[in-house]
Amino acid sequence: MFDLIIVGAGPAGITASVYAARKKMDFLVITKDIGGQAAWSGHIENYTGYQFITGAELASKFEEHMRKYGIKLKENEQVIELRRKDDGVWTKTDKGSYEAKTVVIASGKRSRELGVPGEKEFKNRGLTYCATCDGPLFSEKDVAVIGGGNSALDAALQLIKIAKHIYLINITSAIGGDPIMREKVSESKKVTILNSTQVTAVLGDKMVSGIKIRRQQREETLPVQGVFVEIGLIANSEFAKELEKNELGEIKVNCRNETNIPGIFAAGDVTEVPEKQIIVAAGEGAKAALSAFRYLAQHK
Amino acid sequence: MTDKKVIVYSTPTCPFCTMAKKFLEDNNIEFEDFDVSADRTKIEEIIRKSGQMAVPVLDIDGEIIVGFDKERIRKALGL
Repeated sequence: MFDLIIVGAGPAGITASVYAARKKMDFLVITKDIGGQAAWSGHIENYTGYQFITGAELASKFEEHMRKYGIKLKENEQVIELRRKDDGVWTKTDKGSYEAKTVVIASGKRSRELGVPGEKEFKNRGLTYCATCDGPLFSEKDVAVIGGGNSALDAALQLIKIAKHIYLINITSAIGGDPIMREKVSESKKVTILNSTQVTAVLGDKMVSGIKIRRQQREETLPVQGVFVEIGLIANSEFAKELEKNELGEIKVNCRNETNIPGIFAAGDVTEVPEKQIIVAAGEGAKAALSAFRYLAQHK
Repeated sequence: MTDKKVIVYSTPTCPFCTMAKKFLEDNNIEFEDFDVSADRTKIEEIIRKSGQMAVPVLDIDGEIIVGFDKERIRKALGL
């Protein structure tokens, strides 16, 4: 039985592991990938010590720091169930099961899906959740960006330089996000904004050829070759059924990162911590690991 | 070191492309890198090879890997 299991290796999980290693705890990190959302970020200019760094570079520095301690790491492994057992915690993954006296959940967030027919079939076949990655593949094509917040505006702005025409499909009556970005997108002749419009299906044969949309009670087909889904994020917290969460699925924690179950701590974007920032997540990870350490000392 | 022919299809902005290339470099694997945003014929090539439209795509001696799948890359290279 481990002292601690850390779920996730984004900024929160990696920082927790650095602190746990320095406290010489016997711990295991279980994670799907390394770097989490930070690795996806384009340019980072607000992580203290770095005036400018890319997400990929920062993630690789995080990883290097974590590996320096020779930690036990299960990569490419996903936690599917986690619950209290006797005096500790039991967790099942897609590859095995593990037990520990304490847990830090730092599993972050993932892109929210549309949940419409065709979405799964056409993922990576014209439908993508990463405009930064795949945007350049759609040069001179007609594309649709789904969403009405900052990430949708960001995707549209990137695509203005690449695609032939961009339809911004927004479910609410007006686009949100930062005014500066909104103005830039509205000014572009390449962008058509469709408010109060819902996507009902993704269409195509081998690749995406269009989307079905509903506006003013009418359904129509919009021919596009690319679909960029930018409708926000969802907390990776489904596996922890016993924990208290808010309406967004974010795990409730107090200022010591304690959840409603003793011995289970949570940190970073998977929690209801107010600011979803890399530096905040890292700090939360540190706090959670130290709380777990203190808990172990008190429960010997 | 490996005698396998490795091709990477990438875009300059894609974080996972950067990570995949760094992983190959760290393991001393030589590879050819195509920036698909600069050469549209390469986009057709990745669609033909992978049946998908996403980067990075790795071609390791004919084995096609879409995305930065470290485990599969390791296996394909025999690392």
